Amino acid sequence: MVEAAPESVAGTDPESARETDDALLDRFQAAAVGYFLKHVNPENGLAADTSRPGSPASIAVVGFALSSYPLGVERGWMNRADAAAISLVTLDFFWNSRQSDQPDATGHKGFYYHFLDMKTGRRVWQCELSLIDTTLLLAGVLEASVYFNADNPVEAAIRACADAIYRRVDWQWARGGGVTARQGWKPESGFLHYGWEGYSEASIVYVLGLASPTHKLPDDSFKAWTETYQWENIYDYELLYAGPLFIHLFSQAWIDFAGIRDRFMREKGCDYFENTRRAVYVQREYARRNPHGFKGYGKDSWGLTANDGPGYEIKTINGRERRFLGYAARGVPYGPDDGTIGPCAALASLPFAPELVLPALRHLCAAYPEMTRDAKLPSGFNPTLPGAGPAGWVSEGYYGLDQGLLVLMIENYRSGLIWKLMRQCPYIGGGLRRAGFTGGWLS
Amino acid sequence: MTAPDQAPGAAPEDIYRRYLVDRIHPPAWRNPKPTGKYHLVVIGAGPGGVTGACEAAALGAKVALIERDLIGGDRLNVGCVPSKAIIRTARLYAGMRDARDFGGQVPGNIDVGFAAVMERMRRIQARLGRAASAGRLSEAGVDVYFGAARFTGPESVEVAGETLRFKKALIATGARPQTPSIPGLAETGYLTNENVFNLTVCPRRLLVIGGGPLGCELAQAFSRFGSRVIIAQDDPMFLPREERDAAQILSDSLARDGIEIHLNTSVVAVHKAGSEKIVDLESDGGRFSVAVDEILAGIGRAPNVEDLGLEAAGIRYDAKSGIQVDDFLRTSNRRVFAAGDVCMEHKFTHAAEASARIAVKNALFWGRKRLSDLTIPWCTYTDPEIAHVGLYVREALEKSIPVKTFTILMHDVDRAVTDGEEEGFVKIHVRDGTDRILGATVVASHAGEMINGLSLAIGAGIGLSAVARVIHTYPTQAEAFKMAADAYIRTRLTPFRKFLARRWLAW
Repeated sequence: MVEAAPESVAGTDPESARETDDALLDRFQAAAVGYFLKHVNPENGLAADTSRPGSPASIAVVGFALSSYPLGVERGWMNRADAAAISLVTLDFFWNSRQSDQPDATGHKGFYYHFLDMKTGRRVWQCELSLIDTTLLLAGVLEASVYFNADNPVEAAIRACADAIYRRVDWQWARGGGVTARQGWKPESGFLHYGWEGYSEASIVYVLGLASPTHKLPDDSFKAWTETYQWENIYDYELLYAGPLFIHLFSQAWIDFAGIRDRFMREKGCDYFENTRRAVYVQREYARRNPHGFKGYGKDSWGLTANDGPGYEIKTINGRERRFLGYAARGVPYGPDDGTIGPCAALASLPFAPELVLPALRHLCAAYPEMTRDAKLPSGFNPTLPGAGPAGWVSEGYYGLDQGLLVLMIENYRSGLIWKLMRQCPYIGGGLRRAGFTGGWLS
Repeated sequence: MTAPDQAPGAAPEDIYRRYLVDRIHPPAWRNPKPTGKYHLVVIGAGPGGVTGACEAAALGAKVALIERDLIGGDRLNVGCVPSKAIIRTARLYAGMRDARDFGGQVPGNIDVGFAAVMERMRRIQARLGRAASAGRLSEAGVDVYFGAARFTGPESVEVAGETLRFKKALIATGARPQTPSIPGLAETGYLTNENVFNLTVCPRRLLVIGGGPLGCELAQAFSRFGSRVIIAQDDPMFLPREERDAAQILSDSLARDGIEIHLNTSVVAVHKAGSEKIVDLESDGGRFSVAVDEILAGIGRAPNVEDLGLEAAGIRYDAKSGIQVDDFLRTSNRRVFAAGDVCMEHKFTHAAEASARIAVKNALFWGRKRLSDLTIPWCTYTDPEIAHVGLYVREALEKSIPVKTFTILMHDVDRAVTDGEEEGFVKIHVRDGTDRILGATVVASHAGEMINGLSLAIGAGIGLSAVARVIHTYPTQAEAFKMAADAYIRTRLTPFRKFLARRWLAW
């Protein structure tokens, strides 16, 4: 049975159909920024992992929140003083909170635990001290230090505090005695055992790790990591492969990779910006081929990434056994694929392939008006699993990471603000150069 | 050579077992009386030893072959043959379970007759044991000795009270399961590949320690026979040598079979409570216990180097890596060579046979064949199978060889779709900018069959351009190679070539 009727439009959303691209994007970006206005604790700047009641803070979401405030100011959604104030509150918290090897600290060796209590700021869920999440937080911290450049006490304090937080991070320790960076550490069991091989979202970890003036990663660490890369020809697109879409987007949210190349990309005649573009095309091609016959997949409906899913269950739908996943890293073309689409990652691909993303956004609005009416996109939806509307199962609430990525990438498409700010950050340029990047804006 | 230690249960005696033993270790066998010096004495009658002995005898050499237990080695008795026999039956049961996916009806009462599964396995062993029986080897001109071999000097070996003198010797004693150092495991009792095929009852609950090839294959097979299987692997993924996408597909597949998977998990202790075995597992600092009926340990293999008198012959060895050989498979004793599991990292039947051929040529005919010249493919026979040949991308990059991978998904291969076997991929790694095939990984229902085409291409130095010119039968799953080769050809269609073509056509 062919279940997919992917390219038809199930409904209509007259409002979005009439809007210009910019107006449409403005509406979605403003809605995403709204997440941070609503789910940040003004006492300490911590941002909730999700909008669900009782959610802890995620340090990576704080990084996105800090990055969102400058563009909020530029777009007139916040005033500069408020943005600076909340940024300083956040930085103050991260500088002054407890760093130790105790299991309920906020961080250790300058890194931070992945999830923190929204009020106390202490580690929750016995979670790991996370390298990538700390790095995304640092990206926000450093962006704040570049943007808030005024000569007044608050903005000066932001700059000083940001620099201190960055300099405290012990990247050398984070290798755990190896050459490359480890994924994380737990006080109960030491460094995580997980492999971190192949291309991943870790580029920015190496860039900031290599640039550290205090505890830098060794020069050969980036090369050692890139030796795990795979350059593949998939569906006639040649790219540095990684399955989940978010991998192609996280470091790119802050770093403008267009025209700059490391040794690997020089050899391949590509760059990481172009690579993400190709990854988006592979995502779309996979959805068009739709090998597992999921409902809703098509040329304008794609995006397999790490996101929320219906939960671990097996159901027979239209005579076919379907195995659904919960929060999982879905990827193309090898899977896992349970029919869950990540609309935020798809929309966040905007700067790289607007010719694919804008039609996809309009398709989302037209096919699933009940899901897109207030311009806030859920972490995932799964039309194969029946739900209240044509979108089928829809993830409850919103995820901070998704909203943050959307805010930044829409801005990068509209004005390039985040990229422009981060190009001014000496640690970004320095880290890229130490990793062997040359050309483009680094020249 | 099969190690006799730590096998709690002997193989069940039946007509097939008796038939097999009558051939591979006849009870009434009388060792020949040595007459003069042998050109070649081979120690161990596994695949490597038998191949080496037969090749040498066929070339007119005077050859002795010594086996301490059963001819055929692991392959026939406790390895590939029995495991593949039961895996076939396991696939059958999976097919019945999944009948609806193929438009069929699920049989009303699927009752796994474990005894029948194992009887079929023994029948197949008996049949395949004929080819290398002691009688046949004698007919081929090989003097077969049963007994433990021990070097008594650099040119002599003793077996069953006789001293055999040799010009050259080949050690092919193989390997045995490594003994895990887990507190309580030895006392509680556990299975390895050496005794798991002796089971007469399918364990209701089975813990598999180790996510290597053996652990994954048998975990899946026993799960399909109805065991509640738990697999604990202390690495972050299964088959740590293989590509992460291959390991991920396997992990998903095992989960679909209902296997409880614990990655990044170590077995820290085992004890017995009544008839149950309680296993303590540790992951990320957390500890938990599971109760099972049997434990299967598949965590690596140790070379059989003990009690061979290697010191007396001046042969250097290491208890972990085995007998030390050079690229010509020669040991530190110039007259003695080694082949197969006892000296090689790649512990496979076909690698043992190929290395034995090299060793015999180098030993008897002053050959200069190198082990490093061999292209050795391998396959893990899970469902889907995972096969590999040549270099991995990582190995190539470590050697500063730029690599490009051509990937074809099995879900894009027509025959895989019609067969309902869409899981997997073919990845062919070429030297970037050329069509030279460096290596390949295939994940597919019949990857082991498919990889041979690529081994042929690598061995014969055939590039992807040539593969693209070969007409492949349609529809076959191996057509994936042709599709990958066609993708390569399309990359050659540069804008300049397209421009030239357009100009030509316009003219």
